[in-house]
Amino acid sequence: MSSQPTPAAAPSAAATPDAAHYVRIVDVSKKFGDFTAVDHVSLDIRRGEIFCLLGGSGSGKTTLLRMLAGFETPTTGRIEIEGQDLSRVPPYERPVNMMFQSYALFPHMSVEKNVAFGLEQEHLGRDAIRRQVGEILEIVKMSGYGARKPHQLSGGQRQRVALARALVKRPKLLLLDEPLAALDKKLREHTQFELLNIQQRLGVTFIVVTHDQEEAMTLGTRLGVMNHGRIVQVGTPSDIYESPATRFVADFIGSVNMFAGEVCANGADGLCIRSADLGCTVRAERAAGGAHGATVWTAIRPEKVQISRTPPEGAEAAGGENLVAGAVKEIAYMGDTSIYLVRLDSGSMLRVTLPNVLRGAERPIAREERVWLSWHGSSPVVLTE
Amino acid sequence: MAVRLSQVMGRRLIAGIPTLWLLVLFLIPFIIVFRISFSEVRLAIPPYTPLINWHHGAPHLEVHWSAYSFLFTDPLYVSSYLYSLKVAAVSTLCCLLIGYPMAYAIARTGDATRPLLLMLIVLPFWTSFLLRVYAWIGLLKNNGVINNVLLSLGVVHHPLALIQTDFAVYIGIVYSYLPFMILPLYANLEKHDPALLEAAADLGARPWRAFVGVTLPQSLPGIAAGSLLVFIPAVGEYVIPTLLGRTDQLMIGRVLSDEFFENRDWPVASAVAILILLFLIVPILLLQRVERRQMEAGQ
Repeated sequence: MSSQPTPAAAPSAAATPDAAHYVRIVDVSKKFGDFTAVDHVSLDIRRGEIFCLLGGSGSGKTTLLRMLAGFETPTTGRIEIEGQDLSRVPPYERPVNMMFQSYALFPHMSVEKNVAFGLEQEHLGRDAIRRQVGEILEIVKMSGYGARKPHQLSGGQRQRVALARALVKRPKLLLLDEPLAALDKKLREHTQFELLNIQQRLGVTFIVVTHDQEEAMTLGTRLGVMNHGRIVQVGTPSDIYESPATRFVADFIGSVNMFAGEVCANGADGLCIRSADLGCTVRAERAAGGAHGATVWTAIRPEKVQISRTPPEGAEAAGGENLVAGAVKEIAYMGDTSIYLVRLDSGSMLRVTLPNVLRGAERPIAREERVWLSWHGSSPVVLTE
Repeated sequence: MAVRLSQVMGRRLIAGIPTLWLLVLFLIPFIIVFRISFSEVRLAIPPYTPLINWHHGAPHLEVHWSAYSFLFTDPLYVSSYLYSLKVAAVSTLCCLLIGYPMAYAIARTGDATRPLLLMLIVLPFWTSFLLRVYAWIGLLKNNGVINNVLLSLGVVHHPLALIQTDFAVYIGIVYSYLPFMILPLYANLEKHDPALLEAAADLGARPWRAFVGVTLPQSLPGIAAGSLLVFIPAVGEYVIPTLLGRTDQLMIGRVLSDEFFENRDWPVASAVAILILLFLIVPILLLQRVERRQMEAGQ
């Protein structure tokens, strides 16, 4: 079901044979007493990519990150960077740096001192330190702020200093814990692109932990979705969004309409699923597997559903497949899009998102209006677990 | 409008009560002591010369510096001052060296045991201070607990001179004032963000370097507060050196009390008190500066 890695995903990868296994997490588990925070996770991270660990709170993503940083020791398994086993190496000897969610800037030190701290531990000369601090502050556009204390900076500026401090040692791997969570929405978008820019410029491999799917989608070259301490799916953002592997992933990333059904036919033209909840037969062209009579779930993204007042053309020919009728219950106007909640004749609710293409449409669909909902045969995703 | 007025009144009242308290019970007595220090002793009630003399119906200001000049002519006073400062400084340093690790350990303990440890720190206060110092006499004297144990074990053959030494005074002061060092240090250390130490480790600092570079500088206000809470009362300490200390070298608190009660020289006693205060104002101002700096950086 998951597609092949797209060539654009990691341009610098594949340069050397081991670039695809730059960071190797091999069967790593972490237990706190009886609680298993990370459960047999294996993951390969490519050189130069931005890998996003995405999951809700308690999914184990932060524990995994802390094991990469060295703050926690894996209960079992090992972590390697460029073939070197780091599982038992203390944090202060790892070629790994971290940008903390709270930034964890030293409040009693100036910006320059904060950034220089890591270099001072290496006993570099004063001139070398000053030069490198100057360079990295230049890159994060904080050159004029060296003498300031963290409390004299805005949230966005602190974030830049934290990034500079983590990057100044040119780590083999940079860990970012919810890097944008503390910023407001406008600043986030801006910072997101800048982060990508800096990453490409320095070529450092990033691992980002986030609970925010939007952040993960825009930042990540690849995503790993975590749930209950396990990696549920690994793939590019579009893999994860368009071809989720499980109901959890489909539900966690974006919004989705999910209906249980039974496989009624499995042919060359796809899978046929009869769903009582949905009140129609779903034909999923791009689905394979599923024995006759097996219970499966079909997931349809709200933006892939068309809404119309009359049954769309050719619907009769299709025998009512991928077509349902219902009454609009709620309309939420979001500006760029509108969300329609439609109560189907079966009693279930279906969510439809439509872009507001025209400015001031003449006769918009109103509440309580009867509508037909249809979708292309390629849209439904069939999930078995 | 009425609400606002009453709010303002309420605020003034709340700020006014401590102000009045300090005025009546601190500032006015201080002015009286200050005024007495510029008098001369005389056999009368009160036992000092008045500040304003009526001469042929005209008021005449009479200021005497004799009490102060006397303090600098008799070496007893200077040596007592210096001795007091030394004892206070050494005791403060000992309290810091013992108290810092304790405060650090308490701040790092789990939520379940921390209240118990804090209670143990405060527990000695439930017994009278005087009683606890007396108890040290029983421990330190020539046929006291410590000497008897050492003699019976054969470690020493003659009782060690423990009581009436500098050592006994240090023991007494450190023992009595240690909680005043630990509590402000704990209050400071407990607020430290553990992520800062992780950040330091992440940037390559070994635990000791992380402590020196991150924890120690941030705990300076706690060190300052604890040190002053020990140093200031230790300088003027009367009970501990009187009960445990040397007889040939007095601390300034004892000198003050002797001047007042035995020599009945109120002006000299007042001058001694004023000079103690002047000695202590310097460290207090230093503390305030550290605190202000911390407040600015604290947000």
